[in-house]
Amino acid sequence: MAAMARSWATKPHIGLWAIGFWLVLAALPLIGFVTESPSFEYYLFMGQSMLIYAIAVLGLNLLIGFNGQISLGHSAFFAVGAYAAAILMVHASVPYWLAIPLAGIVCFGAGFLFGFPALKLEGHYLALATFTLAIAVPQLLKHKSIAGWTGGVGGVLLDKPDPPAFLPLSVDQFLYYVCLIVAMALFWIVYNLLRGRSGRAMMAIRDHAMAAGTMGIDTALYKTMTFGVSAAITGMAGALSAITVAYVAPDSFTLQLSISFLVGLVVGGIASLPGCLIGGAFIVLVQNSSQSISDWMKDAFSLRYDVPAWAIYGTLLLLLMFFLPNGLAGGITAIRGLFSRATQKT
Amino acid sequence: MEFFIQQIVAGLTNGAIYACVALGLVMIYVSTDHINFAQGEMAMFATFLAWAMIDAGVPYWVAFGLTIMVAFFGGLFIQRVILKPLENAPVLALVVCFIALLSIFNAIAGMIWSFTIKQFPSPFPSRDLFGNGLVSAQQLGVVAVTLVMLGLLTVFFRYTTLGLAMRAAAQNASSARLMGVRVSWMLALGWGLASGIGAIAGMLVAPIVFLDPNMMAGILVYGFAGALVGGIANPLGAVAGGFIVGVLENLVGSYIIGNELKLSFALVMVIGVLLLKPAGLFGRVIVRRV
Amino acid sequence: MTAILQVKGLSAWYGQSRALFDLDLNIEQGGVTALLGANGAGKTTSLRAICNMVRRTGTTTMDGTDISRRTTEDIVRLGVAHVPEGRGTFVALTVEENLRLAFHIRRDRKAAERDMEKVFAYFPRLKERIHQQAGTLSGGEQQMLAVARALMLAPRLMLLDEPSFGLAPLIVQEIFRILRRINEDEKVSMLIVEQNAALALELADHVYLLETGKVVMSGPSDMVKNDETLRKAYLGY
Repeated sequence: MAAMARSWATKPHIGLWAIGFWLVLAALPLIGFVTESPSFEYYLFMGQSMLIYAIAVLGLNLLIGFNGQISLGHSAFFAVGAYAAAILMVHASVPYWLAIPLAGIVCFGAGFLFGFPALKLEGHYLALATFTLAIAVPQLLKHKSIAGWTGGVGGVLLDKPDPPAFLPLSVDQFLYYVCLIVAMALFWIVYNLLRGRSGRAMMAIRDHAMAAGTMGIDTALYKTMTFGVSAAITGMAGALSAITVAYVAPDSFTLQLSISFLVGLVVGGIASLPGCLIGGAFIVLVQNSSQSISDWMKDAFSLRYDVPAWAIYGTLLLLLMFFLPNGLAGGITAIRGLFSRATQKT
Repeated sequence: MEFFIQQIVAGLTNGAIYACVALGLVMIYVSTDHINFAQGEMAMFATFLAWAMIDAGVPYWVAFGLTIMVAFFGGLFIQRVILKPLENAPVLALVVCFIALLSIFNAIAGMIWSFTIKQFPSPFPSRDLFGNGLVSAQQLGVVAVTLVMLGLLTVFFRYTTLGLAMRAAAQNASSARLMGVRVSWMLALGWGLASGIGAIAGMLVAPIVFLDPNMMAGILVYGFAGALVGGIANPLGAVAGGFIVGVLENLVGSYIIGNELKLSFALVMVIGVLLLKPAGLFGRVIVRRV
Repeated sequence: MTAILQVKGLSAWYGQSRALFDLDLNIEQGGVTALLGANGAGKTTSLRAICNMVRRTGTTTMDGTDISRRTTEDIVRLGVAHVPEGRGTFVALTVEENLRLAFHIRRDRKAAERDMEKVFAYFPRLKERIHQQAGTLSGGEQQMLAVARALMLAPRLMLLDEPSFGLAPLIVQEIFRILRRINEDEKVSMLIVEQNAALALELADHVYLLETGKVVMSGPSDMVKNDETLRKAYLGY
């Protein structure tokens, strides 16, 4: 808390903005007590998914944005987290609140291990190795030798946890709060991590690995640790997704999942924490509205075909790389900068 | 023994296709230092074009040639329009760009031709060649097409001044400029060639795996493995690597780990080669710039 | 004497820092002009700016044609051959391939073949190593190869960036002897940048002295050779 207090002292606006934002997020499910709308449960589920994707993007951003290691394989860690939580809950009757951190620990291990070979790889090569990982994982999950736990192609069904009796919440309201609490905790941890010594070391490695090494930073240790922590965060997002969807299946963890994390990262902004939330929300919005976007585009450009979500993702990635390389969060900062400069001039 | 030989032959056939994919990757890597993740989807897209032409009644070999040409100019166009402005961009921007291309090609192919699988004709009969059930004309044809293409490329790079200029541009761009070589166009040419080679790979593999927008994902991974095994900066090595990967994959798949883990085997090969012998079996060590 | 290359108000930048300040140069047709000066005076930058390899302003005219905004490749194609600092060897190509690269831009194949013979006559050592990988050549041989490559472009103007750099004195003398012959026999004009001022003064007939990106003096090389104070102040001998 001391770190946060200090940040208020130096940058009060950002602190207040952030707190207000999280408060709004916390208040959203309460609308359920006044609305009669039947689709409210659906919006709650979308909210859960946005938070989950935001966490997954946070994990990826820690690795790519703050440590400069490229991963196209985070769908694999998301999958490991989801399966770990599902197996723990179904086969070992572990309660959900314990399954989430345990899944995080499992993924930390997996990420840390993958971090070792990743140490020797840079740039395109690391992207290549993680790309193959993303492609190989669904097939691995289906393999018959582990089908006793993973359920093979069929996957694992689990029960959504019930809210505690003393809370007057529906299951989906409750799960939304579970996601929110995990998200807040992880964002807070990453925020502090980045402000401290480790964060400076991580960013120094990103900016110039060799120089960081000569400054006495143990680059190998920091890189593998970052890989581990990043995988743990994304893995916990996977665990949350298993709990909220109440189902895991191998074919939901394809390369395309990794690509959607990347989309979230680039849209939100590389090396931006608020950007992760923007990115998470964006992924879900496009997925859910791709049909209406497609209809609109068919109308507007008189196309003969449906426009799939992936074409939109891809085109957007290209446009962002060309016109807004710092993502929406960066764009907002830039616009704010323009405004403040404009007001200073007048 | 007969089963073993059949596996080797099948492995060589797959290997020929991996070799084509690998060769396309090497072509782009050598001229631009990039690893093109969209290589597989570009090949898939070209194959759909060929399918559409054949479906409309164009004779196979005419469609084959036309597709290669379209793919060539398509690759050229992508380099000029999308990658040229990013020549000095950081690696992440490029990777994002390739991933974007991958998504776009995949989505558009699905949009136009749907995700249901399609039969793609083979120009070679599937009949047994020597009457002993070992080699089919189809298998021989695939390998032959690959070898012919390799021969043509070798002649191009070794004996034409344009090929020489491309090699020079890849090796030392600023010095090549001082010899009057338009380096930026050489990179575009590299993309065009890679795209054309990819189209060949797609048209060879489609009769075997059926045509659908996701057909190249796994094959691309084997192509990566082949390129890395042979040395990603070495065209001949990449072809050899493709064949090696094809044979190994088939042998390991049928004798040791079973077919379900073949992709994981490719993963292990990719990471193993990157870690243990990053230059590949036939490549020179890549010097890292500081 | 007419000028083959005229440079007016040439300035160049590396990022934010300016390396050249309003340079005016006249390179005479058929002559050898030397750019002399200490380390960091902007000699190499001047050559790179003429070829548009750095960000620059000012005009360069070759035979009355404005080439200020042409790309490096086009300037080369107009007949300016630049022998770069560090020799620019294509290490993985053979000696022959290094030279044959010029065929890419030459339309006159027969003349190019003849030039190839001529180049081997100037540099018999390269002929002995014709099929060797250029990366395995010694420093002196690589410098010869760099000059030979430039000569294969059938240039009208050669820009030479420190041809003596890092070479043994005997080799340097040999290379400079050949350069003089090329200048005389092939009528190739030359602009040469050198640390080794004494050597360059022997070859050149006109000299520009640079200091921190500005021309501080210019004149016939005999004048500089005979002016001891000038030599002591700027050339260190």
